[in-house]
Amino acid sequence: MDPNAYVVLSGILFTIGAVGVLVRRNAIVMFMCVEVMLNATNLAFVAFAHANGNLDGQAIAFFVMVVAAAEVVVGLAIIMTIFRTRRSASVDEENLLKY
Amino acid sequence: MSIVAAATSQAAVSSTWEQSAVFWVCAILSVLGAIGMVVSRKAVHSALWVAVTMISLAVLYVALQAPFLGMVQVIVYTGAVMMLFLFVLMVVGVDSSDSLVETIKGQRWLAILFGLGVGISLIAAEGNAVVGPAVGLDAANTVDGGNIEALARLMFGRYVLAFEVTSALLISAALGAMILAHRERHTPRLTQPQLAAARFLEAGPKGNKPVPGVYARHNAVDTPALLPDGSISIDSVPGPMQARGALRPVDRASLDEVTDVFDGEPVLTATLKPDDEGVQ
Repeated sequence: MDPNAYVVLSGILFTIGAVGVLVRRNAIVMFMCVEVMLNATNLAFVAFAHANGNLDGQAIAFFVMVVAAAEVVVGLAIIMTIFRTRRSASVDEENLLKY
Repeated sequence: MSIVAAATSQAAVSSTWEQSAVFWVCAILSVLGAIGMVVSRKAVHSALWVAVTMISLAVLYVALQAPFLGMVQVIVYTGAVMMLFLFVLMVVGVDSSDSLVETIKGQRWLAILFGLGVGISLIAAEGNAVVGPAVGLDAANTVDGGNIEALARLMFGRYVLAFEVTSALLISAALGAMILAHRERHTPRLTQPQLAAARFLEAGPKGNKPVPGVYARHNAVDTPALLPDGSISIDSVPGPMQARGALRPVDRASLDEVTDVFDGEPVLTATLKPDDEGVQ
């Protein structure tokens, strides 16, 4: 299997995630898109580790997973706090700092 | 876990078409999942599509000789993170779907254009990043006796500082989540008797009026109800009858009876004859 195929797949997933962040306006769905982007980078790390015969990529992918888990916890708590005060999870509604 | 490792190393040895089949199936599934996540309007459907993407990525990790990461992917992402997403979705409201009205005009097309640009440049840049066939991880994995052992040597050796910092990160994330999710109580918690009293105070004059004839000798509609304290309630008689002055005069005897009961004298038992024990 051509090792570049995995890297290209990771690029495609990253792009879809980025477009999702830009297009969607539900904060939770945007968060899921960010998760897909993180997973795409993880796939690139693992693919490069496999291609180069070096385990460092896998270790870094593991750290990415840990950081992503912490980020999800804090981010979802923020979304819930905003929802409690504004009764909405849409990012269009969060314009309190604008005026 | 060692079974998985053995299976993957065997798959790497016999690579060729099995690996290609695994790659193409999982690649198509993961891209489908990602596209489904972006286009589905309900957030719960998006979450389920993301789960598809993450599980197929876990299979790809195992195919890339990273069985530990594959398992962690299944446990952490599809197990913990996606369940957390679904949990928050249930709290926030399952039926919250995006409106299709664009706030910024033309944002969607610009985003797709941007995505095409990023995607094409990414693929062009990384598409030929690896020259030659993959080295494979057989050598790196067998040094310590397996993928997990080799990863552990890295994690607790070269990356031990990052590992320790990770623990600080996790603790602060947990603390932050607790602080954000905690709601300060500004008033003392009401007990059940207090709640009941408040409900009666609030309902007071708006509550049901007594029906005519309650506790009185007659049940006719022109008989005002007797309140528990012995007074009569004019409000219990319908308005037109009050206007006509057609109230039946209150039976003095029944009033006295009620007053006696109110004062604590057992009038009913006093009037009972001794042989009336069947009467309750």
